[in-house]
Amino acid sequence: MAHKHDPNEKIVFIGDSRVRKKDHSNVVPPDYTAFPGKSEAFIPNFLLKEWMVGVVVLVGFLTLVIAEPAPLGYPADPLNSAFIPMPDWYFLFLYQLLKYPYASGDYIVLGILGLSGLPFISLLLAPFLDTGKERRFYRRPIASSLMLVSLVAVAYLTWVSWNHYEHELEINGQIPEHIEREIKAREAIEKGLPRPVPGREKIAAMVAADDPAFTETMTKAQCIACHGAELEGANGPTLRGIGDVLSKEELVETITNGKANGNMPAFKDNLSTEEIDKIATWLSKQKAEAK
Amino acid sequence: MFKNMYNWIDERLDITPMWRDIADHEVPEHVNPAHHFSAFVYCFGGLTFFITVIQILSGMFLTMYYVPDIINAYYSVDYLQHQVAFGAIVRGMHHWGASLVIVMMFLHTLRVFFTGSYKAPREMNWVVGMLIFFVMLGLGFTGYLLPWDNKAYYATKVGLEIAGSVPFLGDYIKELMNGGTIVGAQTLTRFFAIHVFFLPGVLLALLAGHFFMIRKQGISGPL
Repeated sequence: MAHKHDPNEKIVFIGDSRVRKKDHSNVVPPDYTAFPGKSEAFIPNFLLKEWMVGVVVLVGFLTLVIAEPAPLGYPADPLNSAFIPMPDWYFLFLYQLLKYPYASGDYIVLGILGLSGLPFISLLLAPFLDTGKERRFYRRPIASSLMLVSLVAVAYLTWVSWNHYEHELEINGQIPEHIEREIKAREAIEKGLPRPVPGREKIAAMVAADDPAFTETMTKAQCIACHGAELEGANGPTLRGIGDVLSKEELVETITNGKANGNMPAFKDNLSTEEIDKIATWLSKQKAEAK
Repeated sequence: MFKNMYNWIDERLDITPMWRDIADHEVPEHVNPAHHFSAFVYCFGGLTFFITVIQILSGMFLTMYYVPDIINAYYSVDYLQHQVAFGAIVRGMHHWGASLVIVMMFLHTLRVFFTGSYKAPREMNWVVGMLIFFVMLGLGFTGYLLPWDNKAYYATKVGLEIAGSVPFLGDYIKELMNGGTIVGAQTLTRFFAIHVFFLPGVLLALLAGHFFMIRKQGISGPL
């Protein structure tokens, strides 16, 4: 392309000595006769083949992206004590390892330096630990078996950690927040309501605020301690507009027996059936549309 | 016209040898999946780089909408996810790409390990590769906090508690990363800066070293 000079030219005068005479004789591709077989140039021959592999990966990747939207839960709430912490999946093995009694508490030094730090340092310095000339893995039994054991351990710990998380969700009657949020958004859209943005929902006005069911019974039952003096929500959720979400029967059930995750206590011992019925009737009237 | 422009630049800067070196270097048969299907294992490194490029590009677009403060972070992500055209796709690519890049890098590391390619004279390239691995994990950890939902918040809290349990230095590491004593406003801006400026800078420098070395030393021979 840029060969403008006659290659037989003996002398080339260049005004500025800092500009080197162009010599493209040294850009001949390096000789790969050491690797017998069909070598080919990187660009474009090989890169196009690698690109084909890349395209297969890209199609799979974009399919995943379209099929499965990136998750988003509810806004971070430092006071939320019911949330089950969950690191990203590739940290789970470490998370699980540091839960075991021999790797935590009094043995945390062993857990951090010995069981986590040492393998990572060895991996970093592998070429200086495994210095033999042999490259085939089955001729390097120590290095290969250490790696295989680590792989099995990492896979096992990840699996245990994930199982534990699923189990915790189950016994607490929770579903992951991003799924709950998605379900609620879908329900709202199906009802023709705008998509709710968690934490920014418009709070519905209170219906029949002077009803004794609220002013007397609910005050006596300490509902407002968790749900807010105006039922606008505090530690517990808002009860404004609850009538759109739960029916009267469901409200009776929730007040009587509480919620399985333990956040809402059962009131069957503190309130009579009539009182619960009175509250549930009043709450079921709390609809956003009513006004 | 382009040829004239190219020649004009080449006469002054002598750029031809730079790209000819990259374009013309030969790729041996044993790593070419067109000749041996099993050679696809040699593609993992290139694919890691490919996904890294996707991460950089999608991340650049995400910063156009993302706001790193504790009041607005969550709502900027919510807006990005639901209101911005193709926002869900770009965020989805960044979210899933973050996992995929770890998977690809893991497979690439295993390939290099089991083919013994880290042995002399390529020890330094392995060490740089492992540093890239750690930087990627750091990117994963800092990026996880940014949506500022409960999952992000509590994962970071747990992660920093683990960092805090490192003997001797733990408390200092934890406070440095927290930007104080709690996971809060300072932590979010700090993680954002680390995720968007510090670690990508380190990553690009390490990648340059990684590629320079592989180009200089060539790929390891067949087993």
